[in-house]
Amino acid sequence: MAFEPVLSRNFNVPGSQSIDVYRQRGGYRAIAKALEMGRDAVAEEVKKSNLRGRGGAGFPAGTKWSFLPPNRTVTYLCVNADESEPGTFNNRYIMELDPHMLLEGILIAGYTTRATIAYIYLRVEYHKAYRILQKALEEAYAANLFGKNILGNPDFSMDCYIHRGAGAYVCGEETGLIESLEGKRGWPRIKPPFPAIAGAFGKPTVVNNVETLSCVVPIIDRGAAWFASIGLPPASTGPKLYTVSGPVKRPGCYEAPLGLTVRELIEGKDFGQGMQDGKKIKAVIPGGLSVGFLTSDELDCKLDFDDPRKYGLLGLGTAGAIVIDESVDLRQVLMNIARFYSTESCGQCTQCREGTMWIYKIARRIASGTGRLEDLDLITEITATMGMMTGRSICGHADGATFPLKTLIKKFRLDFENYIRNQKGVAEVIAAQ
Amino acid sequence: MAWQVINREIAAAPADGKPLLTEEVKAKIARFFPKYETRRAVLIPALHVVQETFGNVSYQAMKEIGEFLAVPPSEVLDTMSFYSHFWTGDRGRKVIVVCRSLSCQVMGHEALLEALRRHLAISEHETTPDGQWSLMTEECLGACEHGPCMLINERLHAKVRPDDVARILADPNCDKE
Ligand SMILES: Cc1cc2nc3c(=O)[nH]c(=O)nc-3n(C[C@H](O)[C@H](O)[C@H](O)COP(=O)(O)O)c2cc1C
Ligand code: SF4
Ligand code: FES
Repeated sequence: MAFEPVLSRNFNVPGSQSIDVYRQRGGYRAIAKALEMGRDAVAEEVKKSNLRGRGGAGFPAGTKWSFLPPNRTVTYLCVNADESEPGTFNNRYIMELDPHMLLEGILIAGYTTRATIAYIYLRVEYHKAYRILQKALEEAYAANLFGKNILGNPDFSMDCYIHRGAGAYVCGEETGLIESLEGKRGWPRIKPPFPAIAGAFGKPTVVNNVETLSCVVPIIDRGAAWFASIGLPPASTGPKLYTVSGPVKRPGCYEAPLGLTVRELIEGKDFGQGMQDGKKIKAVIPGGLSVGFLTSDELDCKLDFDDPRKYGLLGLGTAGAIVIDESVDLRQVLMNIARFYSTESCGQCTQCREGTMWIYKIARRIASGTGRLEDLDLITEITATMGMMTGRSICGHADGATFPLKTLIKKFRLDFENYIRNQKGVAEVIAAQ
Repeated sequence: MAWQVINREIAAAPADGKPLLTEEVKAKIARFFPKYETRRAVLIPALHVVQETFGNVSYQAMKEIGEFLAVPPSEVLDTMSFYSHFWTGDRGRKVIVVCRSLSCQVMGHEALLEALRRHLAISEHETTPDGQWSLMTEECLGACEHGPCMLINERLHAKVRPDDVARILADPNCDKE
């Protein structure tokens, strides 16, 4: 049976950004239903759907909401629209093509968690999404969907503001985001306390990704049981917006149930449609840069919450695949990744700051043609000493650096050994020295 | 971005010490006050307003923002210098930001950069002598399906080939949607 689009169902509809079209297509029905159901029933429904966070960590949304202390007076909802993970752009599709779906998700989550203000933390580079969201918010306010006594409900008032970021990857990390929201540098906080207890301005705060919140709409509209029947239950339920980029015929954002294989995403006729100009796949990052690399023999990996780990990856990540073809020099790839994590490290933790910088230096040495075979072990060793998983960092940035670096060296070791033995550098790197 | 601070030339406060923040600019900033619990939280919105108005955030501006928000100017600098989107020095009227992350690299961002360097006769992090263009690079712009891509001010240019550079830059509206 063909999969019926859920999150992308309005993407190709003319005028999909307007509240009228959104309403004609059944929009804002779910928030009305949620208000009738009441907070506890909605929370229960989201839990039953087993919706897991789409921002990278995969934490169950209903459980996260239940961590809020019961006797709180103020609650904030932070919508994570910082989307800066290389290879990832599904949040942008939602915000540019169906902004009201996100707003409705914010409303349902805000109602359920008793949030009084929702901040959409939007990366500054998303200028188009900013304009579209602003307009959608105006329309929603005019329809009494935000503000006081929403839809006439005396027990539900909430404002929603867009807070623009200013160019910093680490502000996508939930506590970095909160610090940045408070007007500070985006330095992730030591946890606990978790945001649910003390988040923005020290108040209980829920941080959720744009796609996670969008999923709440169909869960309420069509029921948790229906949602949980999609994908690979019980661990990986629901639809997912996958992205694929690199030299495939049709790079873009496509929806399918959780559990699509990497091969289908790259080659399927409804997805990437295979490689351009007869190019051959060398390596794939299947879930945003931080999850790590697959070889061309590992394309049967399923994009769900479990399978990627079997291939030595960090996890599902954001399900944003970057395809690398055989013509690409892997030393360039190594340097690019090392530079990314080094320049985007916030610098608080020694292992992350120094480790990523030293790996970048080693990567440059390898690329310039003067690398040594021991350098490969050195990189692997450094990656083993950083990250939350090894208990040596404040946030997941260092883990995110570890996985692509170590899997690249491990899975393509022979290529790197050959590069090093040949002692011929990458022209651009030598020129830049 | 990060602890590695890139390309921040020092722009001295104007010697006459005349205030930069007009009432109009302050009013724009003040519109953010009701949205946050603290004045400090208005800092990043204020920096956006100031940079959009003056083209940069000078030390004089930082001082005045600090006064207006009751935040020490040193902390204004502390916050501001963390983010790659704010700059103290002059930048060109049109700022080109080329994505340099993995997907765009695989699709040929280096050839695009080289074409831009040649066309403008400047390197990364530089501004043309006539003050028209600055050439910057940034990590993933969230438009990887369009790689190699670049922003010119607020407009995204998708799948830019080296041969397209002259044509795109000749368009006076290349920075507007
Ligand atoms: C370095 C780093 C960057 C992150 N960037 C993002 C991001 O851009 N968007 C996002 O939704 N989550 C990002 N996350 C994950 C968030 O910390 C958090 O898990 C997520 O926003 C929670 O929302 P969810 O449960 O709905 O997925 C990042 C995490 C780390 C460690
Ligand atoms: S792990 Fe890296 S990015 Fe995260 S807090 Fe530590 S230094 Fe900053
Ligand atoms: S890698 Fe260039 S936009 Fe994402």
